[in-house]
Amino acid sequence: MTTTTVSGNWFKKFLRSVRIPPVYIFLIVIFLGGGVLDQIFSDGQIFTNQAIFINIIVRSVALGIVAVGQTLVIVGASIDLSVAYVISITAVMSSYIMQGEPANVPKAILVVFAIGALIGLVNGLIITKLHVNSFITTLGTSLIIKGIINATFSNYTGSVPKSFQYFGYSTIGPIPVAVIVLLVVVIAGWLVLSRTKFGSHLYAVGGNVEVARLSGLRTDRVIIGAHILCSMTAVLTGLFLVSRLQSGSPWVGPDGLYDLESIATTVVGGTALAGGKGGVWGTLAGVLIFGVLDTVFNQLGVNPYLKTVLRGAIIVLAVASYTYRSKKEAA
Amino acid sequence: MTASTIPTPAGTTKVLRSLWEGIKRIPPVYPVFFLIFIILGFLSPSYQTANGITAFLRRTSPLAILAIGEMMVLASGGFDLSIGAIVTLVVLGSSLLLNNDPAMAFPAIMIMLGLAVVIGLVNGLVVSYLKIPSFIATLGMMLLVKGGALYWVGGAPRGYLTENWRAFGRGYFENVPLIGRFPYALLALVVIGLISYFIFHWSNFGKQVLAIGDNVLASQLSGVKVRLVRVITFVISSLFAVIGGIMIGGFGGVNVTIGEGLEMQSIAACVVGGALMGGGKGSVPNVIFGAFTMEAIFNLLNLLGLPKPYKDAVQGLIIIAAVAYVVLSTRKKR
Repeated sequence: MTTTTVSGNWFKKFLRSVRIPPVYIFLIVIFLGGGVLDQIFSDGQIFTNQAIFINIIVRSVALGIVAVGQTLVIVGASIDLSVAYVISITAVMSSYIMQGEPANVPKAILVVFAIGALIGLVNGLIITKLHVNSFITTLGTSLIIKGIINATFSNYTGSVPKSFQYFGYSTIGPIPVAVIVLLVVVIAGWLVLSRTKFGSHLYAVGGNVEVARLSGLRTDRVIIGAHILCSMTAVLTGLFLVSRLQSGSPWVGPDGLYDLESIATTVVGGTALAGGKGGVWGTLAGVLIFGVLDTVFNQLGVNPYLKTVLRGAIIVLAVASYTYRSKKEAA
Repeated sequence: MTASTIPTPAGTTKVLRSLWEGIKRIPPVYPVFFLIFIILGFLSPSYQTANGITAFLRRTSPLAILAIGEMMVLASGGFDLSIGAIVTLVVLGSSLLLNNDPAMAFPAIMIMLGLAVVIGLVNGLVVSYLKIPSFIATLGMMLLVKGGALYWVGGAPRGYLTENWRAFGRGYFENVPLIGRFPYALLALVVIGLISYFIFHWSNFGKQVLAIGDNVLASQLSGVKVRLVRVITFVISSLFAVIGGIMIGGFGGVNVTIGEGLEMQSIAACVVGGALMGGGKGSVPNVIFGAFTMEAIFNLLNLLGLPKPYKDAVQGLIIIAAVAYVVLSTRKKR
């Protein structure tokens, strides 16, 4: 009897040390449930076909990369609605500069990351120095970017060279490069949040700005840093999308709903919108839940509009599983 | 001699100073709106006529009504992102229910108002009882309502909106003395504005909404039924979205993207009207004029010949500037 409790404790300790967020249980349930439904009502490819399994992850790469950045921002009790248009501007600018020439690739990458960093910096400065609410700031900057893109580009612009499509399509062994990039970004996000001074400062600022300031943190710099990193991840998502689509279009970001979906997956992953709590591993699970749902719905041939309805309901249910026991009133 | 001359300037400065204090208390949205409107009048003679002015007000009425509803939720510290989807639902659903039969107009509107009450209740209950932040709760509702509306009509608009249904958006009272024609939409805005003014500024309910937005715990401890008040704000917001949607369908016709982005535009109008994100501040007339100001600025850009995409960029600049102004001016006072 004592041994069981000891081993139970050991297991609990192990779980606590790796901090597996409870949302993974939700992910596994949805995967198994979807797979069983697929066995019954369709051809049962989800459990048997490895290509479909990998496809779930590839579909999640674009959303996953930007969701990591969004997680950093939300941990700092801020929010970034401008990522969708940062993705768009990256897609059009990079393919416009590349023009199908491999020699232009480094220049294009440099330029789009510079644009991304600038947008993040502007967002951060408006939020911290002008004290404008982050929702309004990033809604405002996203409208400004939207106006600039639509005034300059009206359709597919330029193209990416064959060599650049490596990012979107090739594989190392059985694993697509894109999946490796996603994992690298997630691990980098995890290291930033849990192993660096900046990460601990971000949690402190997200928990309570006033307390963080009074304990001597330069809170403004922390928020600005988070916004710059978030815009950088949006740029990376834009580069991934353009390498898959081969040419940049101004509507690639907003059409993918990357702004609202990155926020939704972050919150589904257990990061509190109020800040100070959460992490990138939960976000990864949130993104994968969306990917699994997409694949299951496709396999079952669910009506696309019904898909949207089910998505909305599942977001609310998943978030409710964290919040319904909370004693604090939500707003 | 000195005794008789000195008090007079001192008196006038006192009067001037108190006048200046009064002027400073006028929310900036009013002078900004009238300034832009006067410029519009100089640039285009149609804005000098009663007809042009009522046409302008008619165009802006739906956004103003949506913004009043959104403001109720914002003032309590929440968000309502589902109102754009509700507008889409109203237009698509009504065109299906009407089925080209004018006699169905009244039942269709009643059904839509009923649906709005359900949507608002669910929003409010999910936020209050499942403790889901309203940003996520209403985002989920947005997907649900939009997907549901498109599923209902099968993805493409079907049927037409009958003339009597569309009258709320495009009809006029004819032969009104002084101004000639008076749009129904503007009457609806006036009525809804007055009702909302009463609810928000004169009744206890409005004070409770602001108290919740300011400090939930403090208002709870002083006996405010936080959950009930919050649910009511969401129901009002959904109902106003239906009313705005009927007018928008009235001039726009059936279109699957008709409600897209309206939630953000309403939030922008609220912000221009001085409402604060996070709650605790809001005013019905200021928000109405916030919507007017935005529309006036867009018309000004059109008249100046700026390409359409710049409309978005300018809207972005305006909302950031409006919030920065409010925040910086209130900071100085402290």
